[in-house]
Amino acid sequence: MGAAMAASTSNNPLFLGLLLTAVIMVVLNRRTDAPWARAVGAYLTLALIVIIFRVALMALLGGRRDGVVLFTLPEIPLPAWAAGIRFGGPVTANALLAAGYDGLRLASLMVCIGAANTLANPRQALKSVPAALNQLSVAVIIALALAPQLVESLLRIRRARRLRGGAGTGWRAVKAVLVPVLEDALDRSMRLAAAMESRGYGRAVDSRGQAWPTSLLLILSLCGLVFSTYALLSMPELGRLPWAILGASVVGVMAGLHLAGRSHRSTRYRPHRWRPNDTILVALGVGAAALAFWLQQDHYAVMNPRTTPLQWPQLHGAMLLAVAMLALPAFITPPPATRTTAHRKKAAR
Amino acid sequence: MITFDDVTISYTESAPVLRNASFTIREGDLCVVVGRTGSGKSTMLGAINGLVPHFTGGHLSGEVRVDGRSTRHHRPRDMADVVGYVGQDPITGFVTDVVEDEVAYGMEQLGIPPTAMRKRVEETLDLMGIAELRRRPLMALSGGQQQRVAIASVLAAQPRVVVLDEPTSALDPTAAQDVLSAITTLVHEVGLTVVLAEHRLERVMHAADSMLWLTGDGRAELGDPRDVLAVASVVPPLADLAHSLGWGRVPLSVREARREVAELGLVPQVTPPTTPTPGPVAAWVEKLTVRYGSTVALDEVSLSFHSGQVTALMGRNGAGKSTLLWAMQGAISGRGRVEVDGMDPRKTKPAEVRTHIALVPQTPGDLLYLPTVAEECEQADRESEAPAGSTRALLDELGLALDPHANPRDLSEGQRLGLVLAIQLVANPRVLLLDEPTRGLDYSMKHQLTGILQRLATQGTCILVSTHDVEFAAASSTRTVVLGDGEVVADGPTREVCTSSPAFSPQVAKVFFPHPVLTTADLTDAGLGVARG
Repeated sequence: MGAAMAASTSNNPLFLGLLLTAVIMVVLNRRTDAPWARAVGAYLTLALIVIIFRVALMALLGGRRDGVVLFTLPEIPLPAWAAGIRFGGPVTANALLAAGYDGLRLASLMVCIGAANTLANPRQALKSVPAALNQLSVAVIIALALAPQLVESLLRIRRARRLRGGAGTGWRAVKAVLVPVLEDALDRSMRLAAAMESRGYGRAVDSRGQAWPTSLLLILSLCGLVFSTYALLSMPELGRLPWAILGASVVGVMAGLHLAGRSHRSTRYRPHRWRPNDTILVALGVGAAALAFWLQQDHYAVMNPRTTPLQWPQLHGAMLLAVAMLALPAFITPPPATRTTAHRKKAAR
Repeated sequence: MITFDDVTISYTESAPVLRNASFTIREGDLCVVVGRTGSGKSTMLGAINGLVPHFTGGHLSGEVRVDGRSTRHHRPRDMADVVGYVGQDPITGFVTDVVEDEVAYGMEQLGIPPTAMRKRVEETLDLMGIAELRRRPLMALSGGQQQRVAIASVLAAQPRVVVLDEPTSALDPTAAQDVLSAITTLVHEVGLTVVLAEHRLERVMHAADSMLWLTGDGRAELGDPRDVLAVASVVPPLADLAHSLGWGRVPLSVREARREVAELGLVPQVTPPTTPTPGPVAAWVEKLTVRYGSTVALDEVSLSFHSGQVTALMGRNGAGKSTLLWAMQGAISGRGRVEVDGMDPRKTKPAEVRTHIALVPQTPGDLLYLPTVAEECEQADRESEAPAGSTRALLDELGLALDPHANPRDLSEGQRLGLVLAIQLVANPRVLLLDEPTRGLDYSMKHQLTGILQRLATQGTCILVSTHDVEFAAASSTRTVVLGDGEVVADGPTREVCTSSPAFSPQVAKVFFPHPVLTTADLTDAGLGVARG
């Protein structure tokens, strides 16, 4: 996540390229053999598509027409209501480069988020969510469970379409696949809900008693949070006041969540223990993001190389440091207990 | 333990599922709920933990009490520590993705302290014999394992009652045996009360302490299984045997029946009917190999199927039965040769393949997408370029008078199967494949399906049915192919294959072993061919 924040601040292709390499290295070194861990390829493909799409769009629609012209596409005149948009026309190297940088930034962001997803079991992550947000996390769990099943039933039904000749085009064909798939999904979610209900889901919530004061506290704190953020960003004349409100609101939200969590009597099976290693990891991520922010503030030109006139992007020492910090987890974290290592341990005994 | 007190359950605009039902299931009983499809077995099971009416809607009058707790005042979630409920398809009820977490989930909801929870998870895993699966993803388990995990996950909350809705319907005979032995352990060792519904009674009736028969018109009759089966409209093979021999009480196991036969000194006088010579080859595969990634689903399988012959395809879950059917239809490519009715289905357009070979998939509903039966029929006519009304006529011919305005989704399992069968048959294929057609069918529907298949076979259709149901295979087919690990393990006349090993033997054959009796029909065909010796 730290990497994602660092990536969002920069346009520099060299920095982003290094950052991506670091992230991918960590992923390849530390992923498990679980199904969600095999999705790295998909995220990379998606990132590549984003870059290509961004560049192609820039070439087609343009926006900036200055600088070195590479080639000229035939221009299609658009009606008057679309004034300001040009279709085709000259394509400049500067524009393409700018688009490429922009696309690369978006792509790195996606790869970073994808990497986080690959390394952490989403359900495991949801276990760390405060008890008060239990309802929300369960909704996410159900969505996660249904997604792969939806894909499976889609494949099954498309195969079944073949049995009826696979005929039909357009809306009819879509309907023929969509109706059974949705029917299936609805059916499954109803059954899942019934199973959860009969296994006692939600009985731990004690909705009587102190529920409304807690809700009031939460709502007030959230309002405070919104107001103070707004004030901080756009009302400098208020001085220190917004900071005070912000602090109070954060305390209020924490207290509210804690109170709401107390009325929850459900427990956790084998909760994830916080180890020193985890602290180091978080520090590394935050550090890298902080470094990137600092660079953004003080060395804006290095982080966002200009595309007019064309110039070779530069590297800064601090960038290398940030990348090194992000690559470090590949070596300091314990390797995941994959099935193969477990077997080896057994064999050694 | 479980008391129904003058219970009436009704959904809007239909006759009540249960009417003024009053009965008490004793503590420590294994109670089997029987009834025809649609007689309200699932509704009755849901009423035990309050899913009906709290979750499903509908109206319930009277009172259901479990261990003194009334479902009127307790929601299903409040009953979770008394009643454990396992739904029909365990995989749709899984909340987490790893065995261990799934077992712990129920306890997390009950707020059991982590140390106690840890201990109980271990105990439950051992009790169900799934300790070695603890870190495995749920999706990677076999059907029998999944079912045992589902039972373990409700057991961990230490309920007094376990309710199971068709726990073995999707399983092959061996996996079903695993699950059933786990259930009997619960009854005998742990002293739980178990209520379960099952279509294939022959699998569970020997373990039943009591039986609840839902007559379909709202009555519910609880009693000793031997007495209930003697009058019930649900007729498992041994009951069929008892009826035809005029026994007043139905033997619950093969052992009981053999003793009865020995005591009466019955010696069946049966000359096995000669198998009719099969027609010309309608479809064949040669050295067919299909792989999914690194697993080999079919390994150089060579088989040929004749017209006018019903072939049963049996074998464990994952033995390659479905793969063979789909490969013959052409939807799965693979190495080797496939020829159906003179063409290779993999290289022919799907629309043309239909006119040669038809497949009814495991979930027939996948093929249906239109709002009414009539529209589905018209669509099928168009797809097969048949004159308007032919599908409709075919439906009637199959003996299924479906309401043309009904939504296919609202049909019963058997009616939906019939509709899809008609849709597929209207293209007039020479080869018909059916994948697990008997799932969810009761005995009389299976009997009807057997009749339909035999009629089609006499008209010259080549039929291949994959099934776990030994009794159905014995009754409907003349040839049986057993697959194991993607290879052909046995291939021969059903009579020989089914009597040569106990796993594939129908119950009546086991009763009269070593006499070559396969089904009760054999006895009656020979004109009450039983001599008292």
